Amino acid sequence: MSTATKKKDETINYNEIPRNVRMRPYFIIAPGLLILIGIMIPFAAAIVLSLTNYSFKLPSFKFVFLKNWINTLTDAAFYHSLWVTLKYAFCTTVSQMLLGTGIALLLKKDTKFSRILKVLFTFPLMVAPAIAVLIWQLMTSNSIGVLEKLLNVFGVFNFPWAASHSTALFTAVLIDTWVNTPFVLLLVLAGIQSLPKSPFEAAQVDGASAWFTFKTLTLPMLKPFMYIALLFRLMAALQEFGIIFALTKGGPGDTLMNISLTAYLTAFQFQKLGVALPGLLILWVIINFTAKFLVGRQRKLAKQAQGY
Amino acid sequence: MNACILKKRLATLLAASMILSVAAGCSRSAPTPAESSTAPATDASQAQADINTAQEGAKDSTDFDWKKYEGSTIKVSFVQHAASDAVISKIADFEAKTGIKVEQSVTPEANYFDKISTSLSSRSGDPDVFMSGAYQLWDYSTAGYVEDLNTFLSDPEMITSDYDFNDLVPSAVSALQWDGIPGDAVGNGPQLGLPLMFEIYTLAYNTRAFAEAGIDGPPATYDELLEICDKLQNWNGSGSYPLAMRGARDWGTIHPGYMSTFNNFGAKDFAKEDGKLVSKLNSPESVKMNEYFLDLIKRGGSASWSKYTWYECAADLGAGKAAMMIDADAVTVQQNWAGASQEAGNIAWAPIPVVTAGDKTSSNYWTWALAMNASSKNKEAAWYFFLYFTSKDFCMASSVDGNNLDPVRTSVWESDGFKEKMKGQPGYIDAYNETIEQTTILFTPQPYFFETTTEWAATLQDMIAGQYGSVQEAMDALKAKMDKSVEDIEF
Repeated sequence: MSTATKKKDETINYNEIPRNVRMRPYFIIAPGLLILIGIMIPFAAAIVLSLTNYSFKLPSFKFVFLKNWINTLTDAAFYHSLWVTLKYAFCTTVSQMLLGTGIALLLKKDTKFSRILKVLFTFPLMVAPAIAVLIWQLMTSNSIGVLEKLLNVFGVFNFPWAASHSTALFTAVLIDTWVNTPFVLLLVLAGIQSLPKSPFEAAQVDGASAWFTFKTLTLPMLKPFMYIALLFRLMAALQEFGIIFALTKGGPGDTLMNISLTAYLTAFQFQKLGVALPGLLILWVIINFTAKFLVGRQRKLAKQAQGY
Repeated sequence: MNACILKKRLATLLAASMILSVAAGCSRSAPTPAESSTAPATDASQAQADINTAQEGAKDSTDFDWKKYEGSTIKVSFVQHAASDAVISKIADFEAKTGIKVEQSVTPEANYFDKISTSLSSRSGDPDVFMSGAYQLWDYSTAGYVEDLNTFLSDPEMITSDYDFNDLVPSAVSALQWDGIPGDAVGNGPQLGLPLMFEIYTLAYNTRAFAEAGIDGPPATYDELLEICDKLQNWNGSGSYPLAMRGARDWGTIHPGYMSTFNNFGAKDFAKEDGKLVSKLNSPESVKMNEYFLDLIKRGGSASWSKYTWYECAADLGAGKAAMMIDADAVTVQQNWAGASQEAGNIAWAPIPVVTAGDKTSSNYWTWALAMNASSKNKEAAWYFFLYFTSKDFCMASSVDGNNLDPVRTSVWESDGFKEKMKGQPGYIDAYNETIEQTTILFTPQPYFFETTTEWAATLQDMIAGQYGSVQEAMDALKAKMDKSVEDIEF
């Protein structure tokens, strides 16, 4: 049979497919689609409400079109909150990636001790961020805190922790790192354990040093997994709210006023939802583009790691 | 081909559902303020006269028809507080007496107003009754969410002859009256709520600390306060400090001791000028007060001042870290009940100092009140809740047997039971008596209260941390921000 005939015979007329078979894809994706619609409705509503003067205090609202957007983009406080957002995200993500990857590499050997440590290291992940802040506030309390007592041994008294402009970011990053490093640890550890053994055995036979093995084998093959961890942590860090709000509510001054916190206070405490939304939508754009970039890089690295 | 058709259909469906839902939300006719059954706002004296007339014509509580709304259900929202605990403990009694079922919810204060704001804005009528402070009622009443309780107070069918409205502490009542005009002081207009408790601001001090430092008594003036702070450095070992005051980045930092002191220095937050509300934060009086405050925190405050809410301040007072605390009397006293804290039994009270000896001290004011949702579908049944839980009997029981302080009725303050209860709290009642006549809400009511006071607290934090070249510079910057916040208010 010729290829053309074969191809003609293989062409299916869509309308000849039984209806129940044609409807099958819709039923399969219906639950996911409903959830997606449920997510998209508030998103679309947010875009619309950002063009209004919607406030919980006002009995009605009206369209003010781009007024909220212009006010946001010409407000120095917005750029300050953007800077705080980026600074916080950078500091937390870098520290968590370095610590999480380092600890994962140290725990890769399957011994009884490493198994115990793996469990212990995941404990902070089980603590809600607001509770983590409470724990750290008690630990860093100048009156009764265990960390304060520890610092007293070294002659440091009344360390300001989150009470000072110069140490507030450090304190918030410290708490965030304590809570979220285990997440990076688990992902990277899973990646390490899924790496093929043969390249490493070959490297060992050839007498490669530990550093050489790490640099040329482990790290390149681990990068796709690290990028996944980086993606999740960076997106979360850009949106961070709970830790900062529970710790200082953005203070002292405006030191920790990132976009999320600024928008929350504007929307719910000052009750100006329409005014708050442009900042959040801009944050969404930033996160969206960052995630697209990281996902693209991760796919490329995954292919490279597989030898493509 | 199949995948192409599927994608097109899905995309169309998604877009259509988004557009329809958003269009439905926006095309809904804008909600109008709830039709209120209240009488138009009257002045305070007229309202008082109406209430007196109603009480004279009313039945006493034994003849009152408490079962009139039997079978109704009302929803009440509480904030987590000793006042709520006192009410909740008696809800079963209320239900038995009236036959009205109460569905209650309790929310921590940090989240409470977010929840209430969204509930009230839905105009669903849920909750029927909610707890609120006076400042929040300025916002809510402006939006038409709050029922004027004068409707019920002036109705002889809805009040009892022995309710004794005049027994409620006058400043507790007037703080919850506001005519809704930004810039107008409280004390006139609809009765937006009835108080469950209130607090005034006094100086709580550790008598042991004073005795050990050779200090005769509490400071009468602000200069004396500074001198005492110098004497009380590390009074109880390293880490202890003289004076606990709130410093967190929210309105709660401004309204207690700070605002009372602000007023004592003769400063004002806003004034009406040329048809606009104008911030006066950079006035000479305000700058002088803030220069003093900066000095006070540096010489007497905690190293972690900018993180402190009243929880941390009170904990430090009780733990023997802070020798003094200028804050709510109802909070500081909780550290002095027998066994309540390490320093229990060592705390005494005095009025807040003044600028010049002989001046009368003043205090700002906070109340947790009950307010009624203007959209409530059970207003009469909800009113019975007010009637029961702001009555003399309940106030006496909750304040004398419980810890619901400060009591909102003068008769409770003067009762033997209350005086006996407060015997172990030296100076508490005296400080109250010296201060109460000059106690009122010292802020200028306006609908951007939370925005302006949060900016105020943030600026104080920056000022204390040396982020500004001078206090004048800080106050000039703050004035600019506050003027911007209230720029759309016109008279």
